[in-house]
Amino acid sequence: MEVLWSVITMGALGFLFSFGLVIAYRKLRVHEDPKIEKVAEILPQANCGACGYAGCRAFAEAVVKGETTPNGCPVGDADVVKQIAETLGVSAAEVVKKVARLHCRGTHEAAKNRGVYIGISTCGAAHLIGGNKQCSYGCLHFGDCARTCPFDAIYMSEEGLPIVIEDKCTACGKCVEACPRNLFELHPVSQGIIVFCRSKDRGPVSRKVCKNACIACGICSRACPEAIVIENNLAIITDYKKIDPEKIPEVEKCPTDSIGRLKKEDEG
Amino acid sequence: MKAKTFAHGIHPPEFKDFTAEKAIESLPPPEKVMIPLLQHFGKPAKPLVQKGDQVNLGQKIGEGQTLFSASVHSSVSGKVISVDYYNHPGGSPIPAVSITNDGQDHPFSDKEETKDPFSFSPEEIRQKVKEAGVVGMGGAAFPTAVKLSPPKDKPIETIIINGCECEPLLTSDYRLMLEAPEDILRGAELARIATGAKRIIVGIEDNKKKAFEIFQDKIQDFSGEIALLKTKYPQGAEKNLIYALLRREVPTGGLPFDVGVVVQNAGTAKAIWDAVSRGKPLYERVISVSGQGIMEPKNILVRIGTPFKNVVEFCGGLKENADILIMGGPMMGIVQWSLDVPVVKGTSGILAWAAPRPSLEYACIRCGRCVENCPMTLVPTQLAKYVKFDDLTAAEKWGVLDCVECGCCQYMCPSKIPLVHWMRVGKNRIITLKQKKSA
Repeated sequence: MEVLWSVITMGALGFLFSFGLVIAYRKLRVHEDPKIEKVAEILPQANCGACGYAGCRAFAEAVVKGETTPNGCPVGDADVVKQIAETLGVSAAEVVKKVARLHCRGTHEAAKNRGVYIGISTCGAAHLIGGNKQCSYGCLHFGDCARTCPFDAIYMSEEGLPIVIEDKCTACGKCVEACPRNLFELHPVSQGIIVFCRSKDRGPVSRKVCKNACIACGICSRACPEAIVIENNLAIITDYKKIDPEKIPEVEKCPTDSIGRLKKEDEG
Repeated sequence: MKAKTFAHGIHPPEFKDFTAEKAIESLPPPEKVMIPLLQHFGKPAKPLVQKGDQVNLGQKIGEGQTLFSASVHSSVSGKVISVDYYNHPGGSPIPAVSITNDGQDHPFSDKEETKDPFSFSPEEIRQKVKEAGVVGMGGAAFPTAVKLSPPKDKPIETIIINGCECEPLLTSDYRLMLEAPEDILRGAELARIATGAKRIIVGIEDNKKKAFEIFQDKIQDFSGEIALLKTKYPQGAEKNLIYALLRREVPTGGLPFDVGVVVQNAGTAKAIWDAVSRGKPLYERVISVSGQGIMEPKNILVRIGTPFKNVVEFCGGLKENADILIMGGPMMGIVQWSLDVPVVKGTSGILAWAAPRPSLEYACIRCGRCVENCPMTLVPTQLAKYVKFDDLTAAEKWGVLDCVECGCCQYMCPSKIPLVHWMRVGKNRIITLKQKKSA
């Protein structure tokens, strides 16, 4: 008899709880858009945060809600954007593949040191006290960018400068933020010609501190006045699309090699 | 009289004998001065002159734009040759006005003040101090006019005159205290009138007994007192000095205003007196040129904008073994890499040192000496680790922003860890992050 009672009570309890579970499932259920899951699967899953959201999943939620556009993920290439746009049924804006590029050619050899630097070996720390280089605009060689890159796309060369491996670079922009001297910039990969200097010193000064500094002589801007201007003692490319490919050899006559095409050794 | 002091802190070798007994000499004005338009933190002053202009001694050449910036004045008479970026002892180039000296020293205004300086109203005193571009002469160069304008809801009770000069080697304030004690006290009296304080306290460390005796004699004419302090570093830091004299603690992120105190350096007090009584802008200051690497250490009066090179040459040049050049004191000064930098308002000394290079950095052995000696009662070793591994929230919680960068921790560290450098990195990162967030 006792066995029977216990079986009945346990059975009744079981029914009661399962009933509760059924109610909970029906009433408290969260309706999640299945698209979020799909979009999240398409994303690169690097969780780098370069889009400005907490991670890939947070970005997926934002895209589905319409807070941002499919090309808001800087890491995803054209394929990713296309897939997301298809999933959501919206038209995708065209994506141009970008890469980070360094605007400095101040190698160990070219840019002179100020003295013996004793202190913390990071660019941020060295920059705080004015840097270890005589040039106050150029690369400090401690590699904060290489350490911060989530895709291992930057390494420090023997000459001292960081090298960006363009195939690996996803233009997440972490290096742009990490560099205390703001030497990185994201460029469309097709942009063939850039200025490798950020020094605003006058010509004689910058020439003294670095062999490869822009001395604002104006050869490049005279060769191609529609796209290159000299501002604050520095050549600036206002619109690279306007540079006539035929004029590039003329522009590359730069006496200090501070403007031109990327060389093999810059590409990694 | 028992000497007062604060908790913790260190007592490094003083080396003040190099220059303590040497009277202040004036350096002949150089042929060319480079006057930086920014001589403290904040934004550069707006230049008022152009290339080719003729300027006179004491003419205003840069107008301070924001509340926390001070005006800049010409320190010679002559012609402006350029307004351009120039080396700055702070490390990065700063816009500066270069002037060639015509040797005439034409004064900008020869108007003598006839009115009794003590009859000026607080507002007039502040205006005159601001017009003269007076800043704190201890090293940080905080604009003095701001310090003399306490907020209405914070009544000021005490003016403290900081005669500690706790940094080793420096003796410029000490010499001023010996040679112009009346001017310092009169300046203090003006600061007292400007802030509406009741009394003046002059704090002097017990390694400057001579100055202490002179001041005890002179203070009779003023409503104030002299306090003897036990020689210790960093007693000259505002917060520590207030604690040593009045046992009051300035709250985190607060100013001495919050505890009813204004602290002025002895040199600043003299500059206030000069500005109000004679309308003399701050275009020259006393500096100590000292150290084992200098041929003849001296205390000299130099014009702002004089290149370090002229100053060092006046003192016989550098010895061969000199391998480190510092602007300011050895504990908190800034290392220079060139002699081609101008003297600024905050230059309290130029030191050339022949010390052996610091050895390599070792791992922390958790001896706790940095904690024992931190005058702000922080835990430097832990803070350095938080900053190193990027835990800025924890660093802030443990008080990295309270750090005054006095260098006691690093001085005592047997492992030679660059603790102060880590603090600076941490403070800088936290502040930039905050600015980003609010923008």
